Amino acid sequence: MTSPHTSEMIALKDVRFSYADRSILKGVNLTIKKGEIVAIMGGSGGGKTTLLGLISGRLKPQSGSVIVDGLDVPKLNKSNLYGLRRKIGMLFQFGALFTDLSVFDNIAFPYREQTNLPEDIIRSLVLLKLEAVGLRGAKDLKPAELSGGMARRVALARAVALDPAVMLYDEPFTGLDPISVGIIGRLIKRLNRALGMTSVIVTHDLNETLRLVDRVVVLSDGKIHRDMAPEQIRTTDDPFIRQFADGLPDGPVPFHYPGPDYLSEILGR
Amino acid sequence: MISQLAEFFQDLGHFVTSRIDRLGLAARFAGLLLLALGVSIRRASLIVREVYFSGVRSLSIVAVSGLFVGMVLAVQGYEVLQRYGSAESLGVIVALSLVRELGPVVTALLFAGRASSAVTAEIGLMRATEQLAAMDMMAVDPLSRVVAPRFLAAIVSMPLLAAIFSTAGVIGAWIIGVQLIGIDDGAFWSQMQANVDVRIDVLNGLLKSIVFGTAVGLISVFEGYFAAPTAEGIASATTRTVVISSLSVLLLDLVLTVMMFRGLS
Ligand SMILES: Nc1ncnc2c1ncn2[C@@H]1O[C@H](COP(=O)(O)OP(=O)(O)OP(=O)(O)O)[C@@H](O)[C@H]1O
Ligand SMILES: [Mg+2]
Repeated sequence: MTSPHTSEMIALKDVRFSYADRSILKGVNLTIKKGEIVAIMGGSGGGKTTLLGLISGRLKPQSGSVIVDGLDVPKLNKSNLYGLRRKIGMLFQFGALFTDLSVFDNIAFPYREQTNLPEDIIRSLVLLKLEAVGLRGAKDLKPAELSGGMARRVALARAVALDPAVMLYDEPFTGLDPISVGIIGRLIKRLNRALGMTSVIVTHDLNETLRLVDRVVVLSDGKIHRDMAPEQIRTTDDPFIRQFADGLPDGPVPFHYPGPDYLSEILGR
Repeated sequence: MISQLAEFFQDLGHFVTSRIDRLGLAARFAGLLLLALGVSIRRASLIVREVYFSGVRSLSIVAVSGLFVGMVLAVQGYEVLQRYGSAESLGVIVALSLVRELGPVVTALLFAGRASSAVTAEIGLMRATEQLAAMDMMAVDPLSRVVAPRFLAAIVSMPLLAAIFSTAGVIGAWIIGVQLIGIDDGAFWSQMQANVDVRIDVLNGLLKSIVFGTAVGLISVFEGYFAAPTAEGIASATTRTVVISSLSVLLLDLVLTVMMFRGLS
C-alpha cells in the first residue's frame, strides 16, 4: 500500500493526546523512514508507551494525524486496522506472553491464527525463531518457568514471527543483565538488516542504543525536543542529552512527577 | 440536617447513575460479543476446550450435590406424603422438583461459584498482564478468541450439568425411598414416568438452564473483561461475578417460573 514515491514508514503530524484532562502529548511531529532504527528516549511517564500505542492504533489522538505504511491509522476500521497490524510487531514492556501456553505454543500462536500453514511447517518455523533467540531448548517450558531475560527473548521471537515490516519495542533492555541486553541488541540489529524492518525502540539504555540506532529522538514535555544522530549524542553538551548519557537524576528532564511544592506539602501548607 | 439530606440524595443519585452507566457498558459489551460470536462459533475446538474447563471440572461437584439434594428431598417428601398415604408418589415429587426447579437453579449457583469465578479471574488477569493487548496487536480479536468461547461454553455446559444434577438427584431419592425406606420400586418409576411431562417439565427446565447459562456466562466474562488491572480489582470482580450471577439466577428463575407455569395447575 505504500506509494512508491515515499520512503516514509511512519509519519506523525502535530499529534496531541491526553488521558482525561492530563495532556500527555502536545503536538508531536516525527517521521521515520523505511528501514530506519529510531530510539525514543524521555523521562518516565513522558508518553513513550503512549506514542507506540498511537502508532499501532491502540490509542487514538485527540488531534493530528498518524500515518503508517501510507494508511491513516486513527481512521481505519477494525478489519483494515487488523490488516495493518499483521505488518506490525510489538514487544511489550513486560513481555505479555500467554501464561497458559508453552513457549512453543506462544510462538506458534501468530502462525496458527494468521496463516493456514500445516502443523509440521509451523513447527519448523517456531524452532527457527527459537533458535534465533537461543531458546530452542526451552520450548516446552511455561512462561512462569522463564527468567525475565528469557521471557523477553521469547516475546521477541513471537513478535517477529510473521516478519513484520515495522517493529515497536517498548523498553526491550529494562531489567536485563548486560549479556541479555547485548543479545537482544544484536537480535534487533540483525532482524533489521535481514528483513529491512523499520524499528522504533523506546529505551533508557543509551549505551546499548547508540550502537544500534540511526537516530535518537528525545521526548520531553509532550514534544520532540531533540532529534540527532548517535555520533552527535556522544559529543554534544546539550544538558538534556548529557542528563541521559551521564545518568543525572535531575536536570531538564524532571525526576519528579508534577505535584504541589514539597516544603509546603510537608509542612501542611 | 438539610446538608446531610442533600448528601444522602447526592450519594443515592451517584449510586443510581453509576449502576446505569455500568448497565449501559454491559449492554454495549453484549452487542460487541454478539458480533464476535459468529467468528467464534466456527472455531468449535476453542469452545470444546472451554466446555472441558468449565463443564467437566464442575461435573463432580454437580453430581455429588445432586445426589445429596435428591436424598434430602426423598426424606422430606416421604415424611409429608406418607401422612396422606401416597408415599409411592415420592418419585414424581422429587423428579418434578428437580427437573423444573432445583436442577437448573442449584446447578447455575454451583456453576457460578465453581467455573464462572475462575473465568472472571482468568480474563481479568489476561487483561492485567497485557495478554489481551498483545493478542489485539497480533490482529487477533480477544473478544472472539478469548471471551466468546468462554461465554458460549457456559451456555452449552449449563443444560448438560443440570441434566446430570437431576439424574443424580433421582438416583439419590431412589436410594433413600426404595432401598432404605422400602417404597415399591415399580410404583416409584412408573408414577414418575406417567407424571413428568416432556414439554412442560423437561423442555421448560432445559430452557431455564440455557437462560441461566447465558446470564452467568455474560456476567463472568463482562466482570473479567472490565476488572481493574490489579490484585484487588480482580479479586473484587470475581466476588461480584458470584454475587451478581447468583442473584440474577434467582430473579430470572422467578420470572421464568411465573411465565412458564401460569395457566397450568
Ligand atoms: N490508562 C491510563 N489512564 C490514565 N493515565 C494513563 C494511562 N496510561 C498511562 N497514563 C499516564 O500517561 C502518562 C504517560 O504514560 P506512558 O506509559 O506513555 O509513559 P512512558 O513514557 O512509557 O513511561 P515509562 O518510561 O515509565 O514506561 C503517565 O504519566 C501515566 O500516568
Ligand atoms: Mg512505558
